[in-house]
Amino acid sequence: MSVVPAEVLQGGAAAVEETGRDAAAELGPRARLWPSLVAVYRAQLSRARVARIPLLFVATFQSIGIMILMRGVVDGGGEARSVVAGASVLVVAFVALNLLAQYFGQLRASGGLDHYATLPVPPAAVVLGAAGAYASFTVPGTVVTAVFGCVLFGLPLAHLWVLVAVIPLAGAALAGLGAALGLLAPRPELATLLGQLGMSAALLLGVLPADRMPEVVRFARDLLPSTYGVEAFARTFGPHPDWAFVLGDLAVCACVGVISLAVATWAYRRAAVR
Amino acid sequence: MCAVRGLTKTYPAVRGRRGTPATPEVRATDDVRLDIRRGEIFGLLGPNGAGKTTLVRQLTGLMRPDSGSVEILGHDIVRHPDRASRILAYLGQESTALDELTVSLAAETTGRLRGLEARKARAERDAVLEELGLTPIAGRPLKKLSGGQRRLACFASALVGERPLLVLDEPTTAMDPVARRAVWSAVDRRRAERGTTVLLVTHNVIEAETVLDRVAVLDQGRVIACDTPTGLKEQVAGEVRVDLVWREAAPLHVPEVAALQERAVAAGRRWTLRLAPEEARAVVATVTGGAAFAALDDFTLATPSLEDVYLALGGAAQQGLVKA
Repeated sequence: MSVVPAEVLQGGAAAVEETGRDAAAELGPRARLWPSLVAVYRAQLSRARVARIPLLFVATFQSIGIMILMRGVVDGGGEARSVVAGASVLVVAFVALNLLAQYFGQLRASGGLDHYATLPVPPAAVVLGAAGAYASFTVPGTVVTAVFGCVLFGLPLAHLWVLVAVIPLAGAALAGLGAALGLLAPRPELATLLGQLGMSAALLLGVLPADRMPEVVRFARDLLPSTYGVEAFARTFGPHPDWAFVLGDLAVCACVGVISLAVATWAYRRAAVR
Repeated sequence: MCAVRGLTKTYPAVRGRRGTPATPEVRATDDVRLDIRRGEIFGLLGPNGAGKTTLVRQLTGLMRPDSGSVEILGHDIVRHPDRASRILAYLGQESTALDELTVSLAAETTGRLRGLEARKARAERDAVLEELGLTPIAGRPLKKLSGGQRRLACFASALVGERPLLVLDEPTTAMDPVARRAVWSAVDRRRAERGTTVLLVTHNVIEAETVLDRVAVLDQGRVIACDTPTGLKEQVAGEVRVDLVWREAAPLHVPEVAALQERAVAAGRRWTLRLAPEEARAVVATVTGGAAFAALDDFTLATPSLEDVYLALGGAAQQGLVKA
């Protein structure tokens, strides 16, 4: 099968060896953070065409269905605001937390991380690229859900622009959490389970109005990063939104995002070299 | 260019839990010593579980050995595992990271992550896809390709962004002869032009005999032999393999055949014997004449292959290698 006979090469090969024996060979270039982040992001985004589109529909229909159900339960006002905000952020939780946890869980279990681990790419680029792509997948679903909800409950559409901040920040927090869960879970089934649980928590604690909950549940609600995205978004439906509180909630999302993405990066390093 | 000394890795014993039986401590690589020269195609041959993949993971910086050293082109890989990715390209057995990308994007992204600029990555991608004949399927996702085509696409990704060492873990699995030829001529071109070294993991004996310059035979984590394929075969040159296939059962009433029975490895109707050349001639004369011939369906006489070398060296419980 080999076209070049081995005997021919061995002579030549020995000659090459003598020249470069002692000094350490020059290393190939290291991939820099931003270009490799963009490359991973682009590659992940292209996966949507192959694998993700049906799941985006599922995420959107699920949220719209929940809002239709809740229409019979809540009676406008503050509760309607939190239902619409909760259902919109639920799309983010479904895709960024649940699906990303599954993706990294499977990648780790099947040995797919070896591909990245044998390339000179910074761990942060892989984690941030994937998390960014999954957060981007949520944009159409979240916007559709928010607009549909506003129409359904008769809420003002004026401040929907705040989604420009809510989606990336809530997305960062939830995607970071999803990536960390997926990379830390010892088995892929466990990663799937944790992702599902995280999404269920976002569903129950985010969509259902908090005022009717017992104290313990409200405490759990405060621990969940998606809550702050929901709160920030819900506040903007009011006649005179208190922007300081909106910014405060978004700042919490940003902090959680930074921490969880840092944890995910650490988890990636740990998972890549076993 | 690549020196391995005393490489040892032991997987700890796992206590049994419900559904998972306990596994004892396993020494996956045991005091492995190798020297790979620049520009050669060096093979690691051994049956499943011999420690080939563990060894390769230690060489590529994916796994830390318990003890021992790995030096590639003057760099200590045990101390600086991150440098491995800047010296070598690795083609693993799994393609899950690339499965949902198109062939073209898989190659381009890998090039970008190997530190190439966007324009260079695109140019190299086009050149490599053209070289391997993948251009017509460049726009299709890997997932939708056949096993051999997918493997070839992964191999293409490994070639984008040149590296002096290619570590290929069973690169030609499931490939048709055309794809196989594309792989080996791409490898040959690189070592003729740039002195690229190849470390090949395989358990395909025929491929090993035809492409490898030198081969290390691994068994239970140890290197039990290391030489050129011809050199290894000379170690068992005194032996010839005789395969006898009987029509129904061996004619044990023939005394000569009955005498052979205890030296033969029987598998159904097939008997395999390893004999000195004169003995083999005598056996063939016996079975092709007289009473035994009536019971004989087929016979072959073969000079030793790497498979025979492996068995002669006392490889794990005579199970042999996969010969495909």
